[in-house]
Amino acid sequence: MKWSEFFTSSVGKKFVMAFTGLFLISFLIVHVGINACIWADLVDDSDNGEMFNKAAHFMGASYVIRIMEIGLFLGFFLHIIQGYMLEFQNRARRKKGYQVAMGSKGSAWYRKSMGLLGTLILLFLIIHIQDFWIPSRITYATTLGEVTYNNGAPIHDVYTKMLLVFSQAWVVVVYVLGCFSLAWHLLHGFQSSFRTVGVHNKKYVAMAKGAGIAFSIIVPLLFALMPISIYFGWVNNN
Amino acid sequence: MEHYTMNLTLKVWRQKNSQEQGRFETYQVSDISSEMSFLEMIDVLNERLIKEGKDPIAFDHDCREGICGACSMYINGRPNGPWHANTTCQLHMRAYKDGDTIVVEPWRANSFPVIKDLVVDRTSFDRIVQAGGYISVNTGNAVDANAMLIEKDKADAAFAAAACIGCGACVAACKNSSAMLFLSAKVSHLALLPQGEPERKSRVLNMVHQMDKEGFGSCTFTEACEAVCPKEISVTNISRLNKEYMIAGLTEEK
Ligand code: HEM
Ligand code: SF4
Ligand code: FES
Repeated sequence: MKWSEFFTSSVGKKFVMAFTGLFLISFLIVHVGINACIWADLVDDSDNGEMFNKAAHFMGASYVIRIMEIGLFLGFFLHIIQGYMLEFQNRARRKKGYQVAMGSKGSAWYRKSMGLLGTLILLFLIIHIQDFWIPSRITYATTLGEVTYNNGAPIHDVYTKMLLVFSQAWVVVVYVLGCFSLAWHLLHGFQSSFRTVGVHNKKYVAMAKGAGIAFSIIVPLLFALMPISIYFGWVNNN
Repeated sequence: MEHYTMNLTLKVWRQKNSQEQGRFETYQVSDISSEMSFLEMIDVLNERLIKEGKDPIAFDHDCREGICGACSMYINGRPNGPWHANTTCQLHMRAYKDGDTIVVEPWRANSFPVIKDLVVDRTSFDRIVQAGGYISVNTGNAVDANAMLIEKDKADAAFAAAACIGCGACVAACKNSSAMLFLSAKVSHLALLPQGEPERKSRVLNMVHQMDKEGFGSCTFTEACEAVCPKEISVTNISRLNKEYMIAGLTEEK
């Protein structure tokens, strides 16, 4: 069978969604881990973002990581394009709809709203890239300060940028809403991706469902707590 | 349960043929017995329509005992009405009470075009089965039933999948008009058995190919199909189908 057919059949398109979705999940684990370094300031009030800035520096400095970053953009791109194609093609399979909709009989709302939830994540992603990725990768000369730790070379002070961005209440609200969308998207997506790639053994389906619920609550919650802990000054620069 | 009679308002989809634009028609039916099946209730209405010189409502039915999958009505926003694991012919009027309004629509999917009123063309399913939902055997003497050993669990799972009656309620319920529950049942019951082994890979590839040609959508695991399936076919079969497809797609020589 040709690769082109393998990945473009109705089942193949779902493989693309599932593999890119799982890849994005692995990215979230790295991302949440790096960002959690801001909480070093809770343990040691003189940290002032040192641990986070060093981690962020590591993620930006090495070529290996920068190449992986291209892979990440590709993953997002594929997931989003294939996601919208699936959404629109699937909708077009029923040109004449029902007078009385099924509603949530048989399937919860979020399981049928992956396109909408994905769109909300995409809108959030655009704001998020503008807030942090562009300043730390492109416009850093004018948008970021620099700090020096232990007489080393100066590195970008992304931490102070975070404190600045999350001092605005509306930004914090947008980020928390973004995390909500992600949580619902993952609540369906996590388990669905495993089942899409063929996991049907009861034992493993139960594991995918359990891990999916845990992941969809814990990871977005951790992300949401970051702007919140900055806004309320739990994490600060003094 | 106490027997009772009821008066109902029916809103039924009427459409002369596949070309004509259809519309809803409202009918009042009275003295309907709680013991009647839904189809018998429509029979009563149809007899009256015939007496009045009007065109009776066309609907598919055959066995009227829940095993053929012909009857297909989308009733008040759910394929086959409110009962779990049920066909329209096995839906009884005790599910309703006096004064209820019932909206009856045909299955809706581009791949199930309306032929007339509530009758849809489901030959797309036949073509999917023709693409590989069988085993090729030499004719001759029947093989002794116990000649081939089959593990009990596998036999049970294959039997559960083989219970699919090809009704299409899964497609009717799916927001993507996906036929994956149907297809996965057809692929699973053969993939689980030794008799299905020789054509295992070409079967799944050809059947998925035909399903796509017929214009059904992709499965996104909303599980609405499983919730309405009269034979309680499990979505687990869809994961098995995807696995079969992946292995076949990656290893098939062609
Ligand atoms: C970090 C961000 C994201 C993660 C971790 C993620 C994860 C996932 C996962 C695991 C699936 C399930 C795949 C499957 O069922 O086989 C999925 C499906 C989907 N995603 Fe995302 N996604 C993300 C962002 C987005 C974005 C930005 C969009 C934008 C449109 C999007 C749109 C979709 C759509 C339409 C589906 C298809 C629903 C389905 O197949 O059930 N996702 N996502
Ligand atoms: S899987 Fe269930 S709902 Fe779908 S065709 Fe078979 S019996 Fe009908
Ligand atoms: S008429 Fe045969 S299943 Fe309903």
